[in-house]
Amino acid sequence: MTAAPQTTPLASASETTASQLVPALRTAVAAALVAFALSFPIISYHAESNINNELVLIGRWPASFGIAALVFVFVFLRQMAGADWRIWFDRFGSIAAGGMGGALVQAAREGEGVAPPSRARVAFGRWFGPFMLGLVIAFPLLTLGLLGPASSLKWINNYGVQILIYVMLGWGLNIVVGLAGLLDLGYVAFYAVGAYSYALLSTTFGLSFWLCLPLAGMLAAMWGVILGFPVLRLRGDYLAIVTLAFGEIIRMVLINWVDLTNGYAGITGIPHVTFFGIPFSDDDNGFAAIFHIPFSPIYRTIFLFYLILGLALLTNFVTLRLRRLPIGRAWEALREDEIACRSLGINTTNTKLTAFALGAMFGGFAGSFFSVRQGFVSPESFTFIESATILAIVVLGGMGSQLGVAVAAAVMIGVPELMRELDWLKAIFGQDFDPTQYRMLLFGAAMVIMMIWKPRGLVSTRMPSIFLKERRAVAGDLVKEGRG
Amino acid sequence: MDNFLQQLINGLTLGSIYGLIAIGYTMVFGIIGMVNFAHGDVFMLSAFIALIIFMILTQILHLGSLPVAFIVVMVAGMALTGLWNWAIERLAYRPLRGSFRLAPLISAIGMSIFLSNFVQVVQGPRNKPAPQLPNHVFNLTGGAYDVTLSVRQVLIMIVTAVLLAAFWYLVQHTSLGRAQRACEQDRKMAALLGIDVDATISITFVIGAALAAVAGVMFVIYYGVVNFADGFVPGVKAFTAAVLGGIGSLPGAVLGGLLIGLIEVFWSSYFTTDYKDVAAFMILAITLIFMPSGILGRPEVEKV
Repeated sequence: MTAAPQTTPLASASETTASQLVPALRTAVAAALVAFALSFPIISYHAESNINNELVLIGRWPASFGIAALVFVFVFLRQMAGADWRIWFDRFGSIAAGGMGGALVQAAREGEGVAPPSRARVAFGRWFGPFMLGLVIAFPLLTLGLLGPASSLKWINNYGVQILIYVMLGWGLNIVVGLAGLLDLGYVAFYAVGAYSYALLSTTFGLSFWLCLPLAGMLAAMWGVILGFPVLRLRGDYLAIVTLAFGEIIRMVLINWVDLTNGYAGITGIPHVTFFGIPFSDDDNGFAAIFHIPFSPIYRTIFLFYLILGLALLTNFVTLRLRRLPIGRAWEALREDEIACRSLGINTTNTKLTAFALGAMFGGFAGSFFSVRQGFVSPESFTFIESATILAIVVLGGMGSQLGVAVAAAVMIGVPELMRELDWLKAIFGQDFDPTQYRMLLFGAAMVIMMIWKPRGLVSTRMPSIFLKERRAVAGDLVKEGRG
Repeated sequence: MDNFLQQLINGLTLGSIYGLIAIGYTMVFGIIGMVNFAHGDVFMLSAFIALIIFMILTQILHLGSLPVAFIVVMVAGMALTGLWNWAIERLAYRPLRGSFRLAPLISAIGMSIFLSNFVQVVQGPRNKPAPQLPNHVFNLTGGAYDVTLSVRQVLIMIVTAVLLAAFWYLVQHTSLGRAQRACEQDRKMAALLGIDVDATISITFVIGAALAAVAGVMFVIYYGVVNFADGFVPGVKAFTAAVLGGIGSLPGAVLGGLLIGLIEVFWSSYFTTDYKDVAAFMILAITLIFMPSGILGRPEVEKV
């Protein structure tokens, strides 16, 4: 660069570009080298067992080089871009890393800000929930009408019922994590208690589902109290680990107490759901014969769909009502600042215990629905991954937002299921491409991104339950999150 | 008695592995007060890295000498796992400093899920059997019940002891160790006195990962098989060890690790193997409920 007496705007622009170029290159090269080193043994070689059960290495160097090159280009462009553009790179990067979870987070980020939301957004926020509810209620009939009984079965069962189970579990856990701010890593234990309660009570004593459902809920709540009572004094992160331990203990007891639970083999032959006593069978006393309609297995699935929808809505309704009661307000106050709560005379142990027990009860309901739907339970269904999935749904849904949890459940459970349908994905990634394999990978990445970008969840503002003159949203930054 | 002696040897070997992982938990907790949930999966990742590097050395580079291979695997494994943990800390935990308390824990849980599934995707879900290595077994006593001590067990215990001594020196007698202990006591004050807090925290993560990598190498040598899901249970057990010994205390982590190893082995030997993991989880719960500061930990003072 020679000393030019007069610098035109163009020259100064190229000068800044040149001065940016070297550090940007340096950063990009460093990042690419790190990415390459990280990927070196674990990605560049695949260890595969051969027929003699000996490991052989299969080189995959292009993948490693590809990753390093991608990182180089990405970091270089991000460094070269101005401040306005850099945010787009971060957005793109987090979506690329977190998949749908990242996209969900980014979508929510768009609507963020201190300014009052526009009327369109308010209307959207008000009508989105009821609209979705209407859609969900109409879903089985719509698919039945559009696709006919044979092909709609899969849609109602694999998408509808499956997603709604997770919506219900998410809402149940949301009471504990979202409202009371207690991180529970062993929620699946209560799901298991509910499932085994129904399985054992119905196969041993022949009790009906409608009798077992409240019993399962009560048993799960009882376990919630038993497990919760000693540990709820603990600090947030200790509590999380202890609940994890309890979840694993319950699963191991289910595996090892073979006399009661039949161990790994699980319990089979659990009675199927009946239409308030009328079985969904094709004999003379069956549902089809009594209502004079041709027999089809679809009726049971549709009934199951509305059953879980009802249970989920019950969870939602109870949660929403409880939020307005003193106990619900105490939960939220506890989440924000535990010390303030204690100094105001709130019995923190009892408050936490009710949240824990209620969350457990809804987990128990969902569990007994699970076993009546499957007709089979085994400890395999209640691993830590299941707890982590439910927690991921609650975290991504915004820890406290009912609608957010439902949307997160639909995206997290529905999208991998949908991806399995897409044949062109198989054409690209090979015949044995299984998107569910990537599901947990993306869940994990999405949880990290969520914490970095929107730690308070998709709905970061807090709507106060009580207010003086007018209800105003409190920005997330102003809320002091307590010790959890 | 013979059985007791045999189980003592097995327990100390297993305990060494847990102790090495536990140091990673306890150091990170000491310096930033966070339960690094992903540490168990970093350990699992290091076992995979070690296995693959060993395969590269023997299959592709046709290295004949086992001791050289062992040292190369150890050093490369420590370096690469350290780099992984450095990157994890940089991307997933550092941006969360100053966020609410549960944020780093949730991020770490996400990282743990990510790591185990990442290894599952890139290396496949099946068990990876390590190549058979020669293993000399010493008979310590004659008689009906032989007490045996294998070269592997001796190797594991010696390497652990040497590394712990080196690590102890590092923390107690170097400027890095002083900076670390200063950050542990008061991060703001340490920063005011010119300590690069972020760099110190990064180095803590790297050291923790390097020790976990040693444990990973030991794990592969000892069990001869590794799976993508192997991070979870050893991770929780090592965390139990850290809590039992008093989280934040380095000698406590080693002591806790040895205790957990012994308890697990004796439990399996004298009671039943079915509930051996339950035993570890119960100890975790009981310690946290009744003795949250552990054996050697300082009682926590709550500041308002």
